Formats: sequence, structure tokens, C-alpha cells
Amino acid sequence: MNRRVGTVTAVRAETRTARTLVLDVPGWPGHLAGQHVDLRLTAEDGYSATRSYSIASASDGTRVEVTVERVPDGEVSPYLTEQIQIGTPLELRGPLGGWFVWRPEQPEPVQLVGGGSGLVPLMAMLRTRARRGAPAPFRLLCSARDPGSLLYADELRRLTSTVDGAAPRLTVAWTRTAPDGEQRPPGRVDAALVSAATWPADLEPTCYACGPTGFVETVADLLVAAGHDPARIRTERFGPTGGARR
Amino acid sequence: MSTHVPPPDLDGNAAAGELSAVFAVDLTAAVAQCAGCGRRGALATTALYLSAPGLVLRCRGCDGVLVRLVSAPDRQWLDLRGVAVLQLARPAEG
Repeated sequence: MNRRVGTVTAVRAETRTARTLVLDVPGWPGHLAGQHVDLRLTAEDGYSATRSYSIASASDGTRVEVTVERVPDGEVSPYLTEQIQIGTPLELRGPLGGWFVWRPEQPEPVQLVGGGSGLVPLMAMLRTRARRGAPAPFRLLCSARDPGSLLYADELRRLTSTVDGAAPRLTVAWTRTAPDGEQRPPGRVDAALVSAATWPADLEPTCYACGPTGFVETVADLLVAAGHDPARIRTERFGPTGGARR
Repeated sequence: MSTHVPPPDLDGNAAAGELSAVFAVDLTAAVAQCAGCGRRGALATTALYLSAPGLVLRCRGCDGVLVRLVSAPDRQWLDLRGVAVLQLARPAEG
């Protein structure tokens, strides 16, 4: 059993609907990029609800950050994004999951593909790469509705700055509204974009795709069609339309 | 399978927390072979259903039930009969 109690030490607004909770978790053993925690909320009458949230931060002592997207009519996410206060204790279990993880020792190229808040565990991978100075070449393709809904926008631009030739390359598919100057018209990730923005299959990258179920399945199919070995594609779906139960 | 199986809630990956209450190692990274159709894959990649009284993991090949785990305050029931073989990585020794 690895149940712990963390305390909220800060809340950051990432977008209109997403908040990052910074937790201090005494006894935290460190984590791998891509792992998650289960947060359990218990009401005064004893009713409890548990949800899994990806860790957004690189391993750093007892500090753990999770980014929570508010789901309309959700049971847990409205509380975590709108009501939670600094100093609130949170019951959690983790770090969890040893499959959708990236280790800085992995030498091969890495292709990240994230839809909406599926970017969260991929951000942990980007942050871990930067923090550890890992040499693995990264590319990130992410999908966002419009410029206001892209998580971590400023930090992503910093981490993928073209000044550094070895920096990860960022491509965003804007599905509803693209920013000024964007050449590609708004639209979902498709075969042409996969071909233009992701590592060629013959470099044998490990691919990590995370997002709503439909997004992940489309992306996995596009990657396989582009020649990637299904065994090198790791997927994490978080529900029908952005985590309906959250 | 002839019965209709609805789409899953999540990936098996999200079962890691509940399974960690039973197993000392992370079971979602273990490779399971389906006793029904023989398909092999990490339990993290199977289909997770949370709307049952417990959690249910189904094979993505044949929809067969691989794992059922039901938890009560004082005990748990684990049904693994849908898994023919579990392959777990051993951590490198010292």
C-alpha cells in the first residue's frame, strides 16, 4: 500500500478550465515521467470518489504537481479546480503505473502526441528531459482547440525554442481556432500532419500518445499507417470525451 | 463474444492504484496472456471498466474478462481466471 497525504501548497491557473495543484507529499519516493496518482476525496458523510491524475512535474523531492481539467458535471474535477484551498490535505496513492513511462536513460528518439489535457504526462517527460539534460531527441505534436486552451503554452515555447538545435520540436494542431500567422487551417491531426511533424518510422522512435479515447485511437492508427511498429506505440486514453467521469 | 460489450471507461493503466493494494509490484506493466484468445499485452493496455461493483479488465482482442477485483472495507476478491500467463519483469539484482 502506498497511501499518502499531500498538502496543496499552490494552485496555478493554466487555462480557463485547467488548474495545476502543487502538492507537498511527505515521504514521496520520487516518480517516473508518465506516472499518475489516484486522488481520493471523501465527503463528510463518508462517500468517497477516486480519480487518476497524471503527474505533470519532473521528479523533485516531495513536490508533486498534477494538472486537472474541469469537466462540466464532473464529480471531482470541479472541486479540485474551483474550490480547493492552499493548505488542504489530499489523500492520494502513488506513484502509479510502470508502463506509460519514459526514462531519461532511453537512448531512442521520442515522439509525443497529446490531445487536450493528454499533454499532462507528456509535459512530465519534457520537463524530465530538460531537468536531467537527457540527450534523447524529442518531438511533440499536440492538439488544442484554440490558443487559449493550450496547456503550459509559455513553458512549451521555452522548452522547444529553435535557438537550441537539439531542443524538442513542437507542432500544434489547432482544431477550432488557429493563432494569427498559422499556415495550417484549423483541423484535427491527420496523416499529412503526422508525416510532416513526427519522426519517420525508420528512426524507430518510441511514441507516447495520450488524450481522449477517440483522439488516441486515431493517432495510433495514423502512426501505424505511417509505418511505426505497434509495439513502440504506448497509449493512454482518459475517457470518451476528455474524461467523462472526472 | 456474442454478448454486447460497451466501450471501456479507461485503459488498464488506471487500474494501477487498485491493483497496488493487492500486489507488491506494478501489475499494469506485466504482460498478460488472455486465456480466451491468446492475445498478449501489458495489462496497462487492456480495457478498464469501472461501472461494475469492482473493476474489470477485458481483453481488447476478444472482450473476454481478464481480471475482476472487488473491494469491500475489510476484504477484497480477485478473479484472475481470464489470464493464462502473467509475465513480470524482474528488477536487476543489486
